[in-house]
Amino acid sequence: MQMVLDLLVPGIIAGVSCYGMAKGVDVYDALLQGAAKGLEILWRILPALVTLLTVVAMLRASGALDLATQVLAPLLGVLGIPPETMGLMLVRPISGSAALGVGSEIITTYGPDSQIGRTAAVMLGSTETTFYTIAVYFGAAGIKKSRYAVPAALCADLAGFFFGALTVRILFG
Amino acid sequence: MAMTVIWTGMTALSLVCALILGNQSQLAPAAMEGAAQAIQLGISMAGALCLWMGVMEVMDRAGLAGKLAKLLHPLLRRLYPDFAGDKGIMDTIAANVSANLLGLGNAATPLGLEAARRMSRRSPGIASDSLCMLVVCNTASIQIIPTTVAAVRMAAGCETPFDILPAVWVTSLLSVTVGITAAKIFSKLWRD
Repeated sequence: MQMVLDLLVPGIIAGVSCYGMAKGVDVYDALLQGAAKGLEILWRILPALVTLLTVVAMLRASGALDLATQVLAPLLGVLGIPPETMGLMLVRPISGSAALGVGSEIITTYGPDSQIGRTAAVMLGSTETTFYTIAVYFGAAGIKKSRYAVPAALCADLAGFFFGALTVRILFG
Repeated sequence: MAMTVIWTGMTALSLVCALILGNQSQLAPAAMEGAAQAIQLGISMAGALCLWMGVMEVMDRAGLAGKLAKLLHPLLRRLYPDFAGDKGIMDTIAANVSANLLGLGNAATPLGLEAARRMSRRSPGIASDSLCMLVVCNTASIQIIPTTVAAVRMAAGCETPFDILPAVWVTSLLSVTVGITAAKIFSKLWRD
């Protein structure tokens, strides 16, 4: 298993490059253009990272986060979800950059290899910005009656949070 | 607008909470420290993010998205039975899903929106079962390599940022399955 994970990243990089070259793609040019897109993404999310990390740091220093964590601990404990990830779960459906900000604050504070940090990372990687997506899609299609789209999409989010915590507990114990 | 309420609420809450708990002296340094951390985080994740976006670009140009789309057709025909006969829509959805799988969000969204617009022509103003399914599938994340999250973990000092991949795959799959199942069940129960 460790061997597979060790080879995963270099394997993907080399494998994709070979495949691309065999298909006649200018691999190097594509790499450069993709990297430039990465910078654009970073440029776009930086302002949101600044505001979100500021406000989460304030909440943490004020003691509000500890308080909320203590209050919610019993409820989330039953579901096996670390209460420290509560902030992430609250903003995840609303804003992608906010979720990235709150999530990375959790990962940095508790450590990327801690149970809490891993759970936050898995939650972040396996859910989407539900309300934003629904607004964009129904806006573009001119939909007024959304029927059951919102509750069904929220079921998927809740399942993502619950199973995210569960798989981290099982795989990393 | 939602973020305005959240931001304002959180700043006000931290002020009130700090005053009650007597932590007011720590608030100002925490705010400055948080802002500075954001830029540090951005810089330390920039390299990984750029590299992966480059690899994704190669995948895209090599036609991997098209290959994936072909594999997905049988599954998609089952998810959208009302449009199984409409080749244009099925192709658009297949391209949307495979762009999502490869993490090409910028390419996935316009494709998904195009499919949504075409679907809505049959029932203007009302979200049909297929349209609800399309939205639910797009609100679930099915990215094969969650590059941004891996970049954040690496920036936080993780040596094996991809060790969460199996957990992310299992969780995404279960989450999208629950979403699809919920949509199927609601479509039977919903009365409007």
